[in-house]
Amino acid sequence: MSPPDELHRVEMRGAKLHGEELHEVRLIVNGAARTAHVPARRLLSDCIRHDLRLTGTHVGCEHGVCGACTILLDGAPVRSCLLLAVSADGAAITTIEGLAEPDGALSPVQQAFSECHGLQCGFCTPGFLTTVTAGLRAVPDPDDEQAREMIAGNLCRCTGYQNILASVHRAAEITRDRPSRVASREAAATPAGPA
Amino acid sequence: MKPRPLGYARPQSVTEALAALAVPDVEAKVLAGGQSLVPLMSLRLAAPDLLVDINRLSELSYVAVADGQVRVGALARHADVLASEAAAAAQPLLRKALRFVAHPAIRNRGTTVGSIVHADPAGEMPAVLALLAGTVVVASTAGRRSIPASEFFLGPLESAVQPGELATEVQFPVLSGPAAGTGFSEVSRRRGDYAVCGVAAIAWLGADGRIGGAKAAYLSVAPSPVVLDLTEAVAARPADDVLFPAAASLVRARLEPESDIHATAGYRRQLAGVLTERALVEALAQAREAVTA
Repeated sequence: MSPPDELHRVEMRGAKLHGEELHEVRLIVNGAARTAHVPARRLLSDCIRHDLRLTGTHVGCEHGVCGACTILLDGAPVRSCLLLAVSADGAAITTIEGLAEPDGALSPVQQAFSECHGLQCGFCTPGFLTTVTAGLRAVPDPDDEQAREMIAGNLCRCTGYQNILASVHRAAEITRDRPSRVASREAAATPAGPA
Repeated sequence: MKPRPLGYARPQSVTEALAALAVPDVEAKVLAGGQSLVPLMSLRLAAPDLLVDINRLSELSYVAVADGQVRVGALARHADVLASEAAAAAQPLLRKALRFVAHPAIRNRGTTVGSIVHADPAGEMPAVLALLAGTVVVASTAGRRSIPASEFFLGPLESAVQPGELATEVQFPVLSGPAAGTGFSEVSRRRGDYAVCGVAAIAWLGADGRIGGAKAAYLSVAPSPVVLDLTEAVAARPADDVLFPAAASLVRARLEPESDIHATAGYRRQLAGVLTERALVEALAQAREAVTA
């Protein structure tokens, strides 16, 4: 077993208190290999936030209704609150922290949400950004109906959705205008396998 | 809002999974997509001792058409079934109904077999299985058995799968006959939410080109899917009819929905009639196309 880092020690202390067995979970997180030791009941959303300390993924309803915790699992959008971390062992995940370009520039979807005021308080935004990022890969040029369908599983209490719809269309535009950057982002997001 | 502590097994084969499920005096639950089970555990409405995670059993992730059945393995995600052109060609009702199952992010993880075993009265796929008179194949260390849909749904969230058993496959009969079609219609408060009422229908034409008969299955109106034979109300009517008041009346007379915070019983009964007409129109359009094609 590798020398325990701080997070690991916290987990081991928890295990002593509750007598719960810990399971090793290996994930490729935004292109980097990460390991966590978690009890079987740890939700993937909690693993991402508490064990991996990536707090960009937001937890809203915690039972699959609101979509705020949506991440990409092997490229496909899923609710991280509806997965157990232990069951995701071996997967490659992309969180909100992994969307920007390697040089830190905003991704097309992020830039579009910024330009079109597609957010207000920002709580639901990580889920929208991951959902729309994957959605535009499947439907690069959505019409209004397809854009609505794309975001139908995500709740926003601030915007009234109109600016989010505008952001989806704008993101499609930016993606078309920036093919080279998108290509480089795709290359960077391709999992390189565990180190 | 967090699951209770629980044990975890990740079998690498069906044999290993059945052995894990067979341990006596341990309440074990199968974890496939987990899109219903994980929230139930988070809400502490379910608290199994042991989860048997079948996500490594890739031999169960198939969607295949063989021997007059669309065969869906226990690890096939809703999105896999939805994307299968072979399944859509063999039984168009699958794709029509799956489009109403939750949202893409849920369909990417949730499994079709899992949603049937979950036996939610508001589930689309249990109603589809009931309408088509499909079959669920279950396995245990004692062997395998096939359960017809008519004996599978025992009540809300209760199926005929027994402790120690793993549902390995669901079989949906293909759409047979040259002049048959299917339709699906539902109303929910928001897109992807549980249906207030939903209808899956199948209709077929007679030799004279008029309606030969029809059946429909209903979700969200009873503790488990209800299948009604609509033939007496629609037989011999023109196949391009758009209103079926007799069928709607029959449905409203036969169903006994309940009121809840989402809808009154009266509204559900009204919806059942209207949605039956819509599903019949869709099914008959497909049946007419099949004849002219």
